[in-house]
Amino acid sequence: MSLDEYRKREFKQVGTRVRRPDGVDKVTGRAMYGADATAPGMLWGRILRSPHAHARIRSIDVSAALALKGVKAVVTAEDFGVPEDDFTRDVQDNCMARGRALYDGHAVAAVAAVDQATARAALKLIKVDYEILPHVTDVDAAMQPGAPVVQEGRVQENVPKGFSDNVTAHFEFGHGDLDAGFAKADKIVERSFKTAATHQGYIEPHACLASVTSDGKADLWCCTQGHFYVRTLCAGILGMEASQLRVTASEIGGGFGGKTTVFIEPVALMLSKKAGRPVKLVMSRDEVFRATGPTVSSSSDIKIGMTKDGRITAAEATLRYQGGAFPCGTTEFGTQAAFAAYDLDAVRTYGWSVMTNRPKEAAYRAPGAPVAIYAVESVVDELCQHFGLDPLDVRLKNAARKGTKSSYGPTFPDIGLVATLEAARAHPHYKAPLGPNQGRGLSCGFWFNFGGNTCVSLNVNTDGTVGITEGNPDIGGSRASISLMAAEELGIPYDNIRTIVADTSSLGYNDVTDGSRVTFAVGLATIKAARDAVRKMCARAAKIWGIDEEAVQWKDGAAVPAGPNAGKFPPMTLAEIAAVSAETGGPIAGHYEVNADGAGVSFGVHLCDVEVDRETGATKVLRYTVFQDAGKAVHPDYVEGQMQGGAVQGIGWALNEEYIYGEDGRLQNPTFLDYRVPVASDLPMIETVILEIPNPGHPYGVRGVGETGIVPPLAALSNAVSHAIGLRMSELPMSPPRILKALGGS
Amino acid sequence: MTKIHVSTTINGDAHEFLCAPDETLLDVLRNRLGLTGAKEGCGTGDCGACSVTVNGRLVCSCLVLGAEAEGAEIATIEGMADGDDLHPLQRHFIDGAALQCGVCTPGILVAAKALLEKNPDPTDEELRYWLAGNLCRCTGYDKIIRAVQAAAAEMRGA
Repeated sequence: MSLDEYRKREFKQVGTRVRRPDGVDKVTGRAMYGADATAPGMLWGRILRSPHAHARIRSIDVSAALALKGVKAVVTAEDFGVPEDDFTRDVQDNCMARGRALYDGHAVAAVAAVDQATARAALKLIKVDYEILPHVTDVDAAMQPGAPVVQEGRVQENVPKGFSDNVTAHFEFGHGDLDAGFAKADKIVERSFKTAATHQGYIEPHACLASVTSDGKADLWCCTQGHFYVRTLCAGILGMEASQLRVTASEIGGGFGGKTTVFIEPVALMLSKKAGRPVKLVMSRDEVFRATGPTVSSSSDIKIGMTKDGRITAAEATLRYQGGAFPCGTTEFGTQAAFAAYDLDAVRTYGWSVMTNRPKEAAYRAPGAPVAIYAVESVVDELCQHFGLDPLDVRLKNAARKGTKSSYGPTFPDIGLVATLEAARAHPHYKAPLGPNQGRGLSCGFWFNFGGNTCVSLNVNTDGTVGITEGNPDIGGSRASISLMAAEELGIPYDNIRTIVADTSSLGYNDVTDGSRVTFAVGLATIKAARDAVRKMCARAAKIWGIDEEAVQWKDGAAVPAGPNAGKFPPMTLAEIAAVSAETGGPIAGHYEVNADGAGVSFGVHLCDVEVDRETGATKVLRYTVFQDAGKAVHPDYVEGQMQGGAVQGIGWALNEEYIYGEDGRLQNPTFLDYRVPVASDLPMIETVILEIPNPGHPYGVRGVGETGIVPPLAALSNAVSHAIGLRMSELPMSPPRILKALGGS
Repeated sequence: MTKIHVSTTINGDAHEFLCAPDETLLDVLRNRLGLTGAKEGCGTGDCGACSVTVNGRLVCSCLVLGAEAEGAEIATIEGMADGDDLHPLQRHFIDGAALQCGVCTPGILVAAKALLEKNPDPTDEELRYWLAGNLCRCTGYDKIIRAVQAAAAEMRGA
């Protein structure tokens, strides 16, 4: 797609705060989520999981479980084939351990029974003979030669010798002469950082209902960010044709990247196939923590040189990410994102992907970027502090802008970083006074954003209303935004449009709801589908009027003659054209299919004030303001919601959230009591300032807004705490014990 | 396991059910009575997604046994609206975009209603501490606090 899609225009409906179409269902308890569906003859599934961090599975004896009255099927890895491609095999092996359990919580067997109590009892009757193997859960330890190897034979060719086979991939990005750059610096800061793994923490555990019939057809209902991708994975694992597996996405109770793959769906399908009945499988919270995608934990080294007037002369980052027991897909993003906010002559980033005996990482909102940018923004802050420079002035002086060659390669088109920095500098928050033990921190954030495969149908109903069929689960109000864009384009009221998320049999392939892509890409496809329908409606009017199609144009929701030469006819509204469609050629529908390019990158800046209690080590967030470029905020309420939600997830990451492993390699805090996400009483209001620097790649200028918001809080909080206590913090989370330790050591 | 016969009132209607002695009220509501508005987010009383009231008291229904419902008055999200008329809290949650994924919403609405019945004019801090047992991962709570306060003001006639 070209970068000249955007045309400046006045909006009539886009940008208004309309009611979401699923609102009433969701406030009355009627909305159907993953665990809310039932089917005739339904069985309950349950999964047995490894209590060991690393163990060879010598044998699994399921005979006693199968003999229990009410048990209808038992599944182990033996029931599945071995997919040829590495990727599908990894997904399958993560759903059901084959030969070895690779982490605490790894699935080893599953049962389907007439009720939950019987399924639970059956799990206790399965005898697994484990040979416990050495394990490793720390990223730095896992890289050392001689570390226990999680999986053999996964090392990519470009990985240098001298590391453990757990190091599977190496990345390098950048440009310019680093030595010359550092030589120009008045001060160079080198610092190392560590961050703990965190979980996406969606409130709805993974859940699905699978029904496989004896003629080889299957239906799957599940909570997912991408049911088309679920179909691809499950069909690959089960050896089915895509046409025979229909996947329907339930309402989704949060995902944040964690529901972009499968964990239980292939198991439920296999249980249903063996039992010959529908099977419902719902994870417990303990299973969600132990066996679904947390994010990476990281260790990093940052080196930045700066002149005394605040110009960065050279910058270097080495990032080591562990992504659990399988090759990690996130390292490359972090390596690319680390210095994206800066216009640099000399920059280099190195990334290392490392396997450990932990659950396979899954995407989490701007995957890879928060921990990389945390480390970079901490060092930039330290340099500003050293020189006594204003941290916003320094960022403005070095900010990436239109024409900047980014640290990861591409040259930026119109971007909003400078505008967000200037908005932050002009905001009263930046100048507000601070008290004792209080500190202010700020950080830039960045995310690439994504377009991807998208397919939309727009049906004009004979009563003048419109139905839109799209294929991306609505994770935060996207149906409202899509209806708004269609209303704008068609010139009919928002309330006359209903957008639904269709199943996999109803549309061509749609990529997952990820990469902040839905409002951008599905919006773009919706606008184009509406234009397709408009063309057809103009043709119908032309036919009725007996003039050329080219002599008809669309204005304010109606076909009108294009000019005085076209003839004199009163406007025909969408409703009038639709009402007589049977006489003019039949139903009217618009379609659009695209692999969308042109998703504009998104920048944000966060400001935060904290107060640290020196006796308890607890940090209280006093004030928080988010500045972010949305391109065009289609539904401002839900844009603000993304900014606020991302900020608070980042606050949790910075202050409390942490996967804690014991010496035995088992996760010690797989509950919401011990894995502490922010609660209402932890937080202030989260102020938001939306900037609108149009994305040239979208007809309305829209940029994705979902992910950037989680990136800045880590460094913003760390910088604020560091200023409050007068000590530079370099490890996340900054939980009370860590802050007390830092204070005690001073 | 022999099941227990329970007679109870849910959202003003009489109900009878059989449940196992160790079956939670949440499982009874969801799996025996089809009231799936209460959600299981954790099963350990940490997230509040299963919030209901028993005899007017706010509880996590995952921590209450079905058998304890004998003779009790239970209120769930399904009973909050009066037919087509949404409760002011429900209306303000939609108008104020106080939900994104919506899975915590039933629990938060039940909890907020229980607070406003005790304290029709809570401070933001009182509200935040009352809702501290209801996790929301999408919104950062900002719009939830605003929506509850807007509903409270309307209910007070302010």
